[in-house]
Amino acid sequence: MIQYTRDWFWTYVWKPLPDMPLGQWMDSLIRWLRTAWAPLFDGVETFLESLYFALADALLWLPSGLMILIFAGLAFAVKGWKLAAVVGAGMFVVAWTPYWDNTMSTLAMVVVATGLATLLAIPIGILAAENRAASTVLRPVLDFMQTLPAFVYLLPVVMLFGVGETPGIIATIIFCMPPGVRLTELGLRQVDREVVEAAQAFGSSPARTLLRVKLPLALPTIMAGLNQVIMLALSMVVIAGMVGGGGLGEDIVSALGRVDIAKGFNAGIAVVILAIFLDRVMQGLAERTPVAKAAQLAR
Amino acid sequence: MPAIAVDSLYKVFGKGAKAAVTQLKEGVPRSELSGRNLTAAVIDHNWAIEPGEIFVVMGLSGSGKSTLIRMLNGLIKPTAGTIEIDGVDLGSLSARELRRLRREKISMVFQHFALLPHRTVLENVAFGLEIKGLSKPERLERAREAVELVGLAGDEDKLPVQLSGGMKQRVGLARALAADTEILLMDEAFSALDPLIRQEMQDQLLELQAKLAKTIVFITHDLNEAMRIGDRIAVCDGEVKQMGTAEDLLLRPADDYVAEFTADVDRSRVLTAEAVMEPCGTTDTSEFATVESDVPVNELYEPVLSSDAPLLVVNDNADPLGVVTTRSIIKSLAPDPGSDDEREADSQEAQPA
Repeated sequence: MIQYTRDWFWTYVWKPLPDMPLGQWMDSLIRWLRTAWAPLFDGVETFLESLYFALADALLWLPSGLMILIFAGLAFAVKGWKLAAVVGAGMFVVAWTPYWDNTMSTLAMVVVATGLATLLAIPIGILAAENRAASTVLRPVLDFMQTLPAFVYLLPVVMLFGVGETPGIIATIIFCMPPGVRLTELGLRQVDREVVEAAQAFGSSPARTLLRVKLPLALPTIMAGLNQVIMLALSMVVIAGMVGGGGLGEDIVSALGRVDIAKGFNAGIAVVILAIFLDRVMQGLAERTPVAKAAQLAR
Repeated sequence: MPAIAVDSLYKVFGKGAKAAVTQLKEGVPRSELSGRNLTAAVIDHNWAIEPGEIFVVMGLSGSGKSTLIRMLNGLIKPTAGTIEIDGVDLGSLSARELRRLRREKISMVFQHFALLPHRTVLENVAFGLEIKGLSKPERLERAREAVELVGLAGDEDKLPVQLSGGMKQRVGLARALAADTEILLMDEAFSALDPLIRQEMQDQLLELQAKLAKTIVFITHDLNEAMRIGDRIAVCDGEVKQMGTAEDLLLRPADDYVAEFTADVDRSRVLTAEAVMEPCGTTDTSEFATVESDVPVNELYEPVLSSDAPLLVVNDNADPLGVVTTRSIIKSLAPDPGSDDEREADSQEAQPA
């Protein structure tokens, strides 16, 4: 009986149904956008590319030897001589391989993508923390952004912007933004309710309470979020390389194609060293926020 | 004009709060509302506080006292009823006007101190003045005065994590005092402190109050604390069960709820000579040792025991008011002092058994 029902359902109901045209709808939407909103996309492309090339050129302007000193000095300033030694040695290794230029391009791309992602993530996070409805709407959107395989949205982005650096940067922004939003919201929600009440009780306006009380207290959490944003952005560079994003990503993709172990390893090591540098410097900055410093005193 | 006056004030949390207030007014008990996910926190409060008074709101947790104090500065809006601060109805103010009122008239001290962890003691104390818009040198100058007032001079540059609980609350108190408002709201201000520190802080508050004469609304769940510092005490459980001086609550509890609270209060510290004395009648009192009428009972033991004659209670003008004997003291310490007749009746009933 069950067998019969199932067969009947399969033959007469399910099979005659046309395929769900979800993908086709998306396809026509993208095509329509491409023609109707062309000036917007061209503007975005010009903006992103000029930002990226300016930064990449700036990083490559000084000889690698000097840049190594600058990176090590930065590490020393925020964390101490141990990190400075590690970063200096790592960058020296990178400069010795033929991938210094591409490493700087990748750094520029990560900085541009995370900078823009941060500029978007923090206001959105604030909105989500202050407004329950916004938070409810945002949660599935963020889940979607984070779980949708990157290749899937790389395609429409490429269709909208063509091959090059721009789709790489945009895909990176989409992929790396969610933890920035989430941890901004979390940090703001975790601020001691009584302290916020105190500000209100003394007659502070909502804007001042946000700027002078909530944000400073949430800053360590927000910084932890930004650290994740940077790490995710770095993990996207390889995928961005597949659409002509340049930098180390392209090296890794081509090494993969030719099974060039040496090249792949060199470029891979460069990514790791960049990751260590960015991660530890961000950590150092997070430890230097006033609230984190005060918390360290308690120990 | 009273500093704070509330009139048929209600606060109900939950959906359909307005309708619930109407029901409460019709006499539906609070417990029935809680079955429908409605919490009646404040029920029909009617009282006024004069300037310079310490008004203590006393109740167990869940009795609505925190809600009440937050309504007084507009952090929580009442469901029904009015609150007037210096004759101004809070409900009639816009958000901006309400903030201005808070800046100029009301400051608050919090149970868990609510200090900014990344700011020094001095910067924390200056916080209220910063919101008021004072220039930095001026607000630090005034903050320094407030820090000295609460006895924290020398610790100005420490961070809150480096302070003990008592010191943190002194900072909280200094922050409220620096704002220089007439009204001080204290939300369980000393409840998180160790007993000894708590007593110290109570003394300091009374000392400061003698100098500054603020209008203070003090929330507590500790009746001993309430009686120590309060000019008047309101015992609350949603509604006000009884309002009066410490003596009123001890000697004339309005109902069993209040009586139960007062049962384990140290009566000898609250009751004064005046409250326990007996009329002197026609006896010649000229030979008796005298005692001021506001001396607490626990300071009468020694003088009463050291003389055979009763003590003569006198007022500020040295007029005799009554006499205190060992008998009257012991009588006063019994938890439920009824009239003498009742007591005799009780003891006669007890004897056959």
